Amino acid sequence: MKPILEVKNISKTYQTPKGEIQALQNINFRMKEGEFVSLIGPSGCGKSTLLSIISGLEEKTMGEIYIQEKKVEGISPEIGYMLQKDCLLEWRTIWSNVMLGLELKGIRTKESKAYVESLLHKYHLYEFKDKYPQELSGGMRQRVALIRTLAIKPKILLLDEAFSALDYQTRIMVTEDIYHILRKEHITALIVTHDISEAISMSDRVFVLSKRPATIKDIHKIEFETKERNPLNCRESPKFSQYFNTLWKELGVDENK
Amino acid sequence: MKTNERKLYLQKRRRTKLLVAITQIFILVAFLGIWEWMANKEMIDSFITSQPSRIWATLTNLGANDLVKHIQVTAYETIVGFLLGTLLGIIIAIILWWSDFLAKVADPYLVVLNSLPKVALGPIIIIWVGAGTQAIIVMAVAISLIVTILENLNGFLKTDENLIKMAKTFKASKLQILTKIILPANISTFINSLKVNIGLSLVGVISGEFLVSKAGLGYLIVYGGQVFKLDLVMTSVIILGVLAGIMYGAVVLLEKVILNSKKFR
Repeated sequence: MKPILEVKNISKTYQTPKGEIQALQNINFRMKEGEFVSLIGPSGCGKSTLLSIISGLEEKTMGEIYIQEKKVEGISPEIGYMLQKDCLLEWRTIWSNVMLGLELKGIRTKESKAYVESLLHKYHLYEFKDKYPQELSGGMRQRVALIRTLAIKPKILLLDEAFSALDYQTRIMVTEDIYHILRKEHITALIVTHDISEAISMSDRVFVLSKRPATIKDIHKIEFETKERNPLNCRESPKFSQYFNTLWKELGVDENK
Repeated sequence: MKTNERKLYLQKRRRTKLLVAITQIFILVAFLGIWEWMANKEMIDSFITSQPSRIWATLTNLGANDLVKHIQVTAYETIVGFLLGTLLGIIIAIILWWSDFLAKVADPYLVVLNSLPKVALGPIIIIWVGAGTQAIIVMAVAISLIVTILENLNGFLKTDENLIKMAKTFKASKLQILTKIILPANISTFINSLKVNIGLSLVGVISGEFLVSKAGLGYLIVYGGQVFKLDLVMTSVIILGVLAGIMYGAVVLLEKVILNSKKFR
């Protein structure tokens, strides 16, 4: 199968007044359509930088990015991005928040409006469309943020510690929620997280990055026997703790070096 | 149904509020009473200190002193100076937010201008724009402008970076980031500027009127002082206080309207 995303030889060097800092070194990987991949690594290793580069928000020093075998430069319309916070605009209604992406891109058509409406219906937010973000719970806000991103019909979604600002209980719930929505919409997801269990529960593969300058140190395929796997039920599998221990050790060794 | 505890709490709250109001009024009445009494008993020289009954007489005798005209002049100058200073300040802040280069260049100038007492510019302003209303308005603008620029630029730069990044992921242009994120996120900064600038514009107008004017409360104060009509001076100061109160009240009202317009609840 052809890869939907291919990252080839990405390197990134920052120029600062004090000197050069190499953040990423020769990152290479491919993702299949619909695949969920998590990136974990020691803090400050450049996970988020890698996402920013793939999204086109940040310049790369070297390398290429291909989406569906087409080379991309700058911000690609095929890519959606979710940040640490839900970043809803408090002065806009839910409707006007989910329309923001289309509004900024200047593609507010009848069809796109109908599509957003259908998303709101499907994910039980339609009745809240005239409310303001403050009136919604943390989990619902996150769902609104996701729909805002889905509205532009991305093929690949980048999640940058997207759930880290939520409290533990909400986080488990939201992870479950977002997981199902993304599967349903056939989105390919690249997830940056510092939470090993989140990485295992969400993904088909986990990439372990090394300390700066980050390279891909190891790739783990995550598989469970459970038939209809989801983030919650896979946590009960004995394999879950095996994966957890392996990844934990791998990260730990690197931190103590 | 309200519980007993709740009732007691509400009662206590009301009582405290009432007590504060009564004390406030008492202080004012006592102050005026003692002032009037001491003046009547000639314990103080009412020629120098004036006295409440004479101030009242001056106030009620509006026509003879042309008070209405003077109030109008000062109010007009203040409102024009206030609007110009605030608007110009916000526009310049936007320009400096837009261009990092310009902001860096302007920084030391803004810092120096901000600490410079603007009243010192009075004579220069008079020579440049002419002695008259325009000089007074320029004075009011000069006093509020720099603070407005600094405060708004600061507000713009402190806008949550995540919101800007989010907009950028949707390929937002700089103009879109300004109009859809920065400006609406800074409504409270604008209201704050308005509140501060009411006071500052009044300072500018009165000090302008001290320097050059043929009318206005500042003029009345200087004139009254020179001819030892302390009744007139005191009356003008009191009217000035009321004027400042009304203008500040108007801004607070505007703030309430904006904050209640659901969007910012």
